[in-house]
Amino acid sequence: MKKKILSAIMSVALIATTLVGCGSGDSASASSASGDAGSGKLIKVGIINNDPNESGYRTANDADLKKTFTKENGYDAQFAYSLKNDEQIQSAQKYITDGVDYLLLSAADTVGWDTVLKDAQNAGIKVILFDRTIDADPSLYEASIVSDMNKEGDTAVAWLASQGLSEYNIIHIQGVMGTAAQRGRSGALDTKVAAEASWNIVTQQTAEWNAENAQAIVQSVIDAGTPFNVIYAENDDMAKGAVAALDKAGKSHGVGKDVIVMGFDCNKWALEELLAQNWNYDGQCNPFQSSYIDEIIKKLEKGETIAEKTIIMDEKGFDASTITQDDVNNYGI
Amino acid sequence: MNKVLELKNIHKSFPGVLALQGVDFTLREGEIHALMGENGAGKSTLIKVITGVYTKDEGTISLNGKEVSIKSPQDAQKVGISTVYQEITLCPNLSVAENMYIGRTKSAVQNWGKMNEDADKILQSLDIPAKATQQLGTCSIAVQQMVAIARAVDMDCKVLILDEPTSSLDEQEVAKLFKLMRDLKARGVGIIFVTHFMDQVYEVSDRITVLRDGKLVGEYTVAELPRVQLVSKMLGKDLDDMADIKSEAPESQVADSAKVIEAVNLSSDQGIKPFDFYINKGEVNGFTGLLGSGRSECVRAIFGADRVTSGVVKKNGKEIKIKKPLDAMKAGIGYLPEDRKIDGIVGDLSVRDNIILALQVMKGFFKPFTKAEANKFADEYIKLLGIKTASADTPIKSLSGGNQQKCILARWLLTNPEYLILDEPTRGIDVGTKIDIQKLVLKLASEGMSVTFISSETDEMLRTCSRLVVMRDRKVVGELKGDDLNQTMIMNTIAGGASDAEA
Amino acid sequence: MQKRKISIKNLASKQIIIPLAALLLLVIFNLINDYTFFSIEWGQNAAGGSILTGSIISILDEASELAILAIGMTLVTAASGGQDISVGAGIAITGSATLKIIFNPNFGEGTAVILAILMAVLAGVICGAFNGVLVSAFKIPPMVATLILFTAGRSIGSWILGGGNDNATNGIFLKIGQYIPGIPIPTTILVTAVVIILFALIFKFTNLKLYMQAVGINSQSSRLNGLNPTMIKFLSFVILGICVGICGVLNTSRIGTINHSSCAKDIEMDAILAVALGGNALSGGKFSVTGAILGAYIIQFLQKTLYKIQVPASALYAFKAVVVIVLVIFSAPVVRESISRNWKKLTSKKSSKEVA
Repeated sequence: MKKKILSAIMSVALIATTLVGCGSGDSASASSASGDAGSGKLIKVGIINNDPNESGYRTANDADLKKTFTKENGYDAQFAYSLKNDEQIQSAQKYITDGVDYLLLSAADTVGWDTVLKDAQNAGIKVILFDRTIDADPSLYEASIVSDMNKEGDTAVAWLASQGLSEYNIIHIQGVMGTAAQRGRSGALDTKVAAEASWNIVTQQTAEWNAENAQAIVQSVIDAGTPFNVIYAENDDMAKGAVAALDKAGKSHGVGKDVIVMGFDCNKWALEELLAQNWNYDGQCNPFQSSYIDEIIKKLEKGETIAEKTIIMDEKGFDASTITQDDVNNYGI
Repeated sequence: MNKVLELKNIHKSFPGVLALQGVDFTLREGEIHALMGENGAGKSTLIKVITGVYTKDEGTISLNGKEVSIKSPQDAQKVGISTVYQEITLCPNLSVAENMYIGRTKSAVQNWGKMNEDADKILQSLDIPAKATQQLGTCSIAVQQMVAIARAVDMDCKVLILDEPTSSLDEQEVAKLFKLMRDLKARGVGIIFVTHFMDQVYEVSDRITVLRDGKLVGEYTVAELPRVQLVSKMLGKDLDDMADIKSEAPESQVADSAKVIEAVNLSSDQGIKPFDFYINKGEVNGFTGLLGSGRSECVRAIFGADRVTSGVVKKNGKEIKIKKPLDAMKAGIGYLPEDRKIDGIVGDLSVRDNIILALQVMKGFFKPFTKAEANKFADEYIKLLGIKTASADTPIKSLSGGNQQKCILARWLLTNPEYLILDEPTRGIDVGTKIDIQKLVLKLASEGMSVTFISSETDEMLRTCSRLVVMRDRKVVGELKGDDLNQTMIMNTIAGGASDAEA
Repeated sequence: MQKRKISIKNLASKQIIIPLAALLLLVIFNLINDYTFFSIEWGQNAAGGSILTGSIISILDEASELAILAIGMTLVTAASGGQDISVGAGIAITGSATLKIIFNPNFGEGTAVILAILMAVLAGVICGAFNGVLVSAFKIPPMVATLILFTAGRSIGSWILGGGNDNATNGIFLKIGQYIPGIPIPTTILVTAVVIILFALIFKFTNLKLYMQAVGINSQSSRLNGLNPTMIKFLSFVILGICVGICGVLNTSRIGTINHSSCAKDIEMDAILAVALGGNALSGGKFSVTGAILGAYIIQFLQKTLYKIQVPASALYAFKAVVVIVLVIFSAPVVRESISRNWKKLTSKKSSKEVA
């Protein structure tokens, strides 16, 4: 019995090391010479992120940050992960004590950051927000690099409208209610459905980003015998679950088939489904903020000012009929 | 004497049961009044009617001559009736004073200093060895009980009900409790005393009321009711049965035959000194000593219930390894534990499952009895031991204490052990069942089973055992048999006066 | 005496009456709302095979994991008097173990599936053993002990699979989540049926039930009757681990991929709920596996009904909560007793009136 416990403890320890290991492994490939290397001094950055296991998006986001903020690129980076605001704030305080130059923050919660960011400001530490905004005075941070979820929704709905169907009967599978992604992606569709007579919602339900729930929701529509021709799922997992239900019921889906399948987030496996023409559309939620952050830091180091505090990243929407293998490799997360 | 509490013609019935039928009961000022009866005679129901837990169907309750209506325990407290139960109902993690005043303060603000002062005064006046600020849980059970009594006294109680207060106390503690009871009596408090211990009734009570089958048998002064009479009144029959036992006892002294089980230099992690022990085929012997002297720990070590730290157990002269109870069971040893509720019954399981449990475990995980087999075993022993239960499917916890004990006994008899250990098999059960069990023990021995019988009541031991191992302070201090088997010798040996009586 | 015998029999059967009544209510509601809910029709699946379709089939299909977990959870509850809250995270682990093998290109399809199932069950047993040791040997309360895997499990799953998350293409594997050609009902239903039958046989041919109940009710007394409570509590967690392993296979075979953060999310709570709905005391002791399985299907039935009547997404959980509260209150022993008491009063009044 004792052996079993030991092995379990070992495995926990292993995970911890591999999580760190992943990042350092990736960094080996990024060996481009840094512009600031001449100064010989590394820029100390403290990065506070959510748990990389939270989602594929976060894993990609974390890997991207680790790839950019390396010694080779002139950075001395520290990472802290938590899904809890108070733990994140503690990490921030630790970074302030450590005397980092920059604090990069993807906050778990939008509120509660004023005090610690003021402390940072007093200590001369520059704060850059990525991925998520917070409810604090903009003077407390230098820049905020975010996705525009409304725009993601608009792009997707515009693409759907361009398909020129005579009637849109949509199964709308929502994410966790109230999240920014859900509101942005639902909002665009809701507006369009309200405006167009030929657009109908067959069912609108939350699957909480969860594939099995999405499968059950689509299955219940199939069981009820209600006709539909579009699945608008607010992330790839739910789209995948929905497709599992379609497959089970023998309903064809994809390019030129009965049901149009739409997903978000651009997981690699999802883009492969597009490439195989099984799905029709996938909207990007860009996790690659590091190049934007890198650029801003370089500007600030040179003493330049940042004109626009809120920087919205480019985000694409992929169409199965035009997607290429290169797209899958470059944008898949 | 003034009549404090008078109950007349009390009736109470539950669906299918007439629990009380026209019972009268009178408690006078400054008396200790024992309420006696077998289990199920209606004692508890009567107490619960007095304390307002149950509402009576018929009859009147008067306090100091005035009729009162008691609908809840709060009502009872208000008119001055307090109860101290066998199980302590106070809060062990509060202080003594807090326990005495909890739920009694009228104002929202509590003067802690004054409360502690008051509490100390009462504790002192009643000679209770506790401090007001002490956490209740750190006091002994006896002191906790006394604190509960002090709480009652401070609430100006005129009637104090003590429900089996002595069952978890040792003799010294009982003596202290009795002193307290006599003090209260002198203050004019009327005390209703419910107990199974006959000695105690005669030691402290003034009057005895006997109930049987929900009916009043009679009220007697202690002087006019000798013990034998009391027992026969409780049982409703003459005491030929008791006589039977006495005459049987000498017969069971089988001549020294082979030692069935022998323990050499045995000790366990429960702090008993290494001891030697043996039992012959067909013999009934016993461990005696004060509560906590290590009687139970000795037999638990033999059964493998506690971790053995030294010594060996031999069966028919050959060493056997007993590391856990199952080993002992497989060697033909059965053990009826001291605490029926904690170590004996499996409360929610049926009578049937409780009876077959030990044999089933011995038979093995992959060999369950069929329903028919299990029912056969259960029915056989329900009949054999006269277990009163609605059916074999009834959860054992809904049976009376005596019948639960019979089920546990059935469990071990079913395994057909060569050596059966009975640790306090008669505690907390009614007189009728006690006699049944004693008779059964002698019968089993006559059939060749070896039995170790442990009881706090020396009478029982003297009636059943042919040899007694005496313990003091977790050490075997002597062995008595033959002519030495009498109260005086036992007391002397326990006390240490005659430790060399037996080599 | 005879009369009492009957009433006790009634009491024993009452444990199952609440989930049955709940099921009946759901059925009636759906009959009124839209009776086609219960129609089962022939349809065709993607492979062109004839299959049975309809809401009832979907419910049986979708509740599979929950029903299997409910069995294991009942045993853990009975023996340890606590619950394992790590089963959802456990599915992330066993599911990852499954996919790790499935994604391995070195195995043939059939070999991969067999290995994957073995691997998943093994992973489940390890998780169960880990929890079991903490609870039985170290005497840590189950809720606390399983909190460890609850917290770490999803990360462990992600670590097992590494970066290799992909779409499963193994045809045999995907048939577990869909249909075996020629058989018109989803494979998951078959798997669940096999598991249930297996447990029924185990209960019949071993003393598992008696031992677990005895240990759960009174572990001290059980020890003095020759049982090994530590071992039995440990065993209950290992059995639940096996269930978690099977669920990992079922769960991943449905979708063909895994999302560690969202797969089988909150399923531990539903499994515990199923145990409670089955009339089982969460403090352990006597148990009814049948009740818990029924509880699992009721939960899925409820979910399906809520989807069917198109409850607004933002109110979905509020609706579910209200129904669950009502069900749980009715299955609480206190309420059950008072209902049966009042019922008896009512019936006895009636009969006395008849006499008059």
